[in-house]
Amino acid sequence: MRLNFTVNGRPQEADDVWEGESLLYVLRERLGLPGSKNACEQGECGSCTVRLDGVPVCSCLVAAGQAEGREVVTVEGLADFARQRACGTASHGTSLDEARQWQAGGADSRTGEGTELAPVQQAFIDAGAVQCGFCTPGLLVAADEMLERNPNPTDADIREALSGNLCRCTGYEKIMDAVRLAAARQSEGV
Amino acid sequence: MDFLRPASWEEALAAKAEHPAAVPIAGGTDVMVEINFDHRRPEYLMDLNRIGDLYEWEVGAESVRLGASVPYSRIMEHLRAELPGLALASHTVASPQIRNRGGVGGNLGTASPAGDAHPALLAAGAEVEVESVRGARRIPIDDFYTGVKRNALAPDELIRAVHIRKADGPQQFSKVGTRNAMVIAVCAFGLALHPETRTVRTGIGSAAPTPVRAKAAEEFLNAALEEGGFWDNGKIITPSVAKRFADLCAAACNPIDDVRGTAGYRRHAVGVMARRTLTWTWESYRGAHRITEGAA
Ligand SMILES: Cc1cc2nc3c(=O)[nH]c(=O)nc-3n(C[C@H](O)[C@H](O)[C@H](O)COP(=O)(O)OP(=O)(O)OC[C@H]3O[C@@H](n4cnc5c(N)ncnc54)[C@H](O)[C@@H]3O)c2cc1C
Ligand code: FES
Ligand code: FES
Repeated sequence: MRLNFTVNGRPQEADDVWEGESLLYVLRERLGLPGSKNACEQGECGSCTVRLDGVPVCSCLVAAGQAEGREVVTVEGLADFARQRACGTASHGTSLDEARQWQAGGADSRTGEGTELAPVQQAFIDAGAVQCGFCTPGLLVAADEMLERNPNPTDADIREALSGNLCRCTGYEKIMDAVRLAAARQSEGV
Repeated sequence: MDFLRPASWEEALAAKAEHPAAVPIAGGTDVMVEINFDHRRPEYLMDLNRIGDLYEWEVGAESVRLGASVPYSRIMEHLRAELPGLALASHTVASPQIRNRGGVGGNLGTASPAGDAHPALLAAGAEVEVESVRGARRIPIDDFYTGVKRNALAPDELIRAVHIRKADGPQQFSKVGTRNAMVIAVCAFGLALHPETRTVRTGIGSAAPTPVRAKAAEEFLNAALEEGGFWDNGKIITPSVAKRFADLCAAACNPIDDVRGTAGYRRHAVGVMARRTLTWTWESYRGAHRITEGAA
């Protein structure tokens, strides 16, 4: 079947989608957006987290056809999404080509040069919250959504919001640091 | 595989009548796992996401009519006062991502003995509103679970809503697992005090082939509370009464040994949860009782 939906602010079309396929598979294999990770395919790890009409979900558990006509934001579009939210202006979204080439370069702390990231992405880099990085995209999408809803989270709020995302490397402490950092910067308007 | 996308409830019923083997998919948090792992390859997958009604709820005088697909996160956020037991149970389901998609309709559809909504529904008192092109009916929750992962739905029927009695007293939900998030219950227990009818109702999860009520325990406790005038005097429940209640709840289990726990452990844990949830709810009933007494 054919699937029409919006990904990172741009209309997309995927063809020859099998009816039992997941949204995660469509994103990775049909649209070439491997940012959302596939680790468990059973909702346990959260590494495939995307926003579906604004709501964080495991894309491995959304049937492709259920995304028809809906808006999906993946980690590749997160920087643009966050910028748009901060400025309150409509943006042009992120094209597939841009998204495929996207690299988490981040801004150099001294020169300020590099790709502009979402505040939560920059905070993950600055706090050293990324080791192997497999869990990172899902965590970023989940953490960004929490900060949008709850700009001043307690540690318990952060733990709860990220309780569906597993990380096998960091022991979570640096991830907590990163989210606290993003929240602090957000409230200072940095 | 065919993907059916009914735009309305009537279309969904017609599609289900035409293809009784079609598998409805709401949040997909049970169905997609089965498809991803090739445990299920249905001929038809029927998406319920376009049917707006299923995502709505109405708070009535006696009960809440909860649309089948209302996600757990909405129940936690909006129905905590009316359905405290179900809101607590919802909060223990999996993770935020899963709670944003999954709901009670899917939990009832799967009818796993470990489903967390079931003990809360059994304790509160509920009816499942189901419909087919042949007509609608309401199935009392006590008759809904018919076997391990089996329910009372006919092949052409769909769940439209669940009518859950609004809380008229304190309710609790308790669940045993290895950690707080992402845990399938080793066993679970729901308890609701119903001061209006002077009854207590229970629900046990993961400790029998289906979710069950501990009916003998309820009858014993109802009689003991009545006899001792507890509903009026608001006294602390006698430890021997609480113990007997807990023992009878444990006896209502018919558990198995599995990877999550042994039968013996489950029986023991259900007894502990029964005693604790009774104490918690009774304490808050007494608190409220004292306030009303003071005001009178
Ligand atoms: C990682 C993970 C953790 C989980 N943890 C828990 C947990 O802690 N506690 C718990 O209780 N569950 C848990 N589950 C199971 C699942 O999330 C719940 O059972 C949930 O309630 C299912 O709802 P759904 O809308 O996603 O159902 P779906 O997967 O869409 O459907 C489930 C079943 O119900 C049927 N169905 C759905 N809607 C209807 C309808 N309106 N009429 C008729 N049939 C219908 C479907 O055909 C299917 O058979 C977990 C699942 C995952 C993936
Ligand atoms: S891949 Fe979706 S939750 Fe693990
Ligand atoms: S950084 Fe490796 S899993 Fe989280």
